[in-house]
Amino acid sequence: MEKGLEAVKQEGEVNADGRQVVLSVRDVTVGFGSQLVLDHLNLDVYRGEILGFVGASGTGKSVLMRTVLGLLPHRSGTIEILGVDYDNASEEERMLVDMRLGVLFQHGALFSALTVKENIQLPMREYLDLPQSLMDELAYLKVEMVGLSPDAADKYPSELSGGMIKRAALARALALDPDLVFLDEPTSGLDPIGAADFDALIAKLRDTLGLTVYMVTHDLDSLFSVCDRIAVLGQKRVLVEGTLEDMFACDDPWVQSYFRGKRARSVVAHEKQPTAEVEKT
Amino acid sequence: MTFRSAEIKAEDLPGGDGERYLLSGDWRGQTILSMLKEFQHLEQVRSRGRVEIDLSGIAGIDTAGAWLIRRLMTAKGEQGSEAVLIGGEGPIRELIGVLPEKAPAPPSDQGDKGTLFERLFAPTGKAMAELGSDFYAAMHILGSAVRGAQMKLGRGAGVSPASVVTHIDRMGVRAVPIIVLMSFLIGAIIAQQGAFQLRYFGAEIFVVDLVGILQLREIGVLLTAIMIAGRSGSAITAEIGSMKMREEIDALTVIGLNPVGVLIFPRLVALTVALPLLTIVANFAALTGAAVVAWAYSGITFDTYLSRLHEAIDHTSVASGMIKAPFMALSIGIVAAVEGMKVGGSAESLGQHVTTSVVKAIFVVILMDAVFAIFYSAIDF
Repeated sequence: MEKGLEAVKQEGEVNADGRQVVLSVRDVTVGFGSQLVLDHLNLDVYRGEILGFVGASGTGKSVLMRTVLGLLPHRSGTIEILGVDYDNASEEERMLVDMRLGVLFQHGALFSALTVKENIQLPMREYLDLPQSLMDELAYLKVEMVGLSPDAADKYPSELSGGMIKRAALARALALDPDLVFLDEPTSGLDPIGAADFDALIAKLRDTLGLTVYMVTHDLDSLFSVCDRIAVLGQKRVLVEGTLEDMFACDDPWVQSYFRGKRARSVVAHEKQPTAEVEKT
Repeated sequence: MTFRSAEIKAEDLPGGDGERYLLSGDWRGQTILSMLKEFQHLEQVRSRGRVEIDLSGIAGIDTAGAWLIRRLMTAKGEQGSEAVLIGGEGPIRELIGVLPEKAPAPPSDQGDKGTLFERLFAPTGKAMAELGSDFYAAMHILGSAVRGAQMKLGRGAGVSPASVVTHIDRMGVRAVPIIVLMSFLIGAIIAQQGAFQLRYFGAEIFVVDLVGILQLREIGVLLTAIMIAGRSGSAITAEIGSMKMREEIDALTVIGLNPVGVLIFPRLVALTVALPLLTIVANFAALTGAAVVAWAYSGITFDTYLSRLHEAIDHTSVASGMIKAPFMALSIGIVAAVEGMKVGGSAESLGQHVTTSVVKAIFVVILMDAVFAIFYSAIDF
C-alpha cells in the first residue's frame, strides 16, 4: 500500500474520487497568429480509462493532441503528463515521459523506409538494450497482438492496406508498453467489422496492459462501445465531459445533434438490443 | 521514476521433486537485461518434476517481462516438467495468460536461392532487362509527350501555355544567375590556362581561338546541360515522384487526363526552350570572362579580342554547339520523368530515384556530346 501511494505521488495527483490523473491540461490557450483555436481549455484523463474525444471538424481536436504531445507551442497554461510538467521538465524527464507515451497518428506515420518489424523495433532499439532475438520475438508478439499475420511484419508500409497500416502503427505505438496512448481517429477508413475489431482490441489491451487511452474519434460505434468517458470540444474549450448519459443530458445544440441525430439513434437502438442478439449479428 | 532490476532465483522444492523460481523486481523491457543470461541458462537447464514460478515478488511487468515468463513456461513444458504460476497479482497473471505459447513464427525464407551460376548471372540479366525497360519507358514518355499534347478533349489547344511559361521561368530564368557566374569563371579559367601555355610559343593571341571554339562548340552547352540536369532534372524527378507516391498521377488518369501530357510535356517543352537560351547566355558570359582574363594576363585589348574572335569563329562553331542543346534538354527531361515514374511508396525510394535521375542525366548528356563530336568530325562540320 505504501509503495502504491508513493507511485501515485510520482505519477500525478489523485482527484476526489480517488482516481489518478495521468494527463492534466490546465488553462491551455493555443492560437495561430490572430486566430485563437483553444481558449483556456481544461481536461483531465484518468488512469485506466478510455476517453473518447469528439468535436466538429476544425474545432481543434488534432491541435489539442499535438499541443499535449509538445508538437505545437501553447500560449498559456500547463500540461502535466504522468505527473511531469512537460514545459518545465528537464531533457531527461521528458525522455522518460516520451518513453511512456504511444501515439497512433491519423495516417499511421510509419517510416516508409523500414519494414513493419523494424518500425516496431525502432523505439525498442532507442530505449531498451535487448538482444536482437528477443526484440524479434517481441516484435512478432506485438504484430500478433494487433491482429496482423506474421508475414505482414516483413512488409514495407507501402505494401499494406489502410487497415493494416493502422494496426501496424498501433503495434509501434505499443512497442514500449506505454502508460498513455493517443489515438487519432483509429477507426476512420476501416470497414465496420475492422473498426469493431479495432475497438475490441483497444479494450482488450486496456484490460491486459492497463493502458490509458486518449482517442480522438468520429466513430459513434467506438464512442458507444468502448469509451468510458467522452469529452466534447467546441467553442475553443471542452464543452462537456462525462459518460454517455451526460451527453444525452447536455443541452448544447451541437452535442444534441451529434448524440441524438439519426445516425446516433440507430447505433443506440442497435446497442440496446439484448446481448444474445448482438452476438448473433 | 526508477525501476528495480529484475531478478530470478532458483531453489529446490521441499521434498526434492521439483524446482521453484523466485521472480522479483520489475520485469520490464528496461530492467530484464541484467538477468537475461541467467534466465536463458535456467530456461535451457533441464528440470525434473514440477516447476513453480513464484510471481509474488514482481513489482511491475510489461509485455517483454511477461513474454519471458511465458517462454519459460513453454520451455519447461517441452522439457517434460509441469510449470505452474503461483502468487502474483491478477493483472500480471492475466497478461501472461493472454500471450501465445510460442512467438508467432516469422515467415520462412522464400524458396531456394538458386545455384551459384544463377546467383552470379541473375543480377546481370536483371540489370540488362531493366536497361531495356528503361529505354522503352523513355520512348513511351517521348511518344506520349508528343501525342499527349493533343489528348485533352475539352480544350482546343493541347498544351496549357501558362504551365509551360511557369516552367520556363523556374527552369530557365531563375537559373540565369548561376549559369552566368559559372560560365564566366569557366571562360576565365580556360583563357588563363590557355594563355600560360601559348605564351611559350609566343602565340598568346590564339587564346581567343581556343576559348571561342572550345566554349561555343563543347563546353558551353555541356556545362549548362550538366547544371540543368542537377538543378531541374532532380526537381522534375522529385515532383513527379512525390505525386506518384501520393496517388496524384492515378487521380489524373482517372479524371481522364494523360499524366504524361499534363505533367511531363510542359516540362519537356520548357526545358527544350530554356536550355538553348541558357546556352546562349552561358556563351556570352564565358566569352566575357575570357576577355577580361586575356586583357588582365596577356594585355589583349577588347578590340583585338573581338576582331580575333570574329576571324576565329564562324556560324558553324555557334550552330554546332546550339544544335546539341535541345537534344540534351529532351534527354534530361525524359530521364528525369522516367525515374520519377519509377518512384515507389517510400521516402527512401524517392531519394534513390532523384539521385539516379541526376547521375543518369549527366551521363547521357556527356555521352550525347561525345556522339555529336564523332558525328561532326565525320561530316566535317
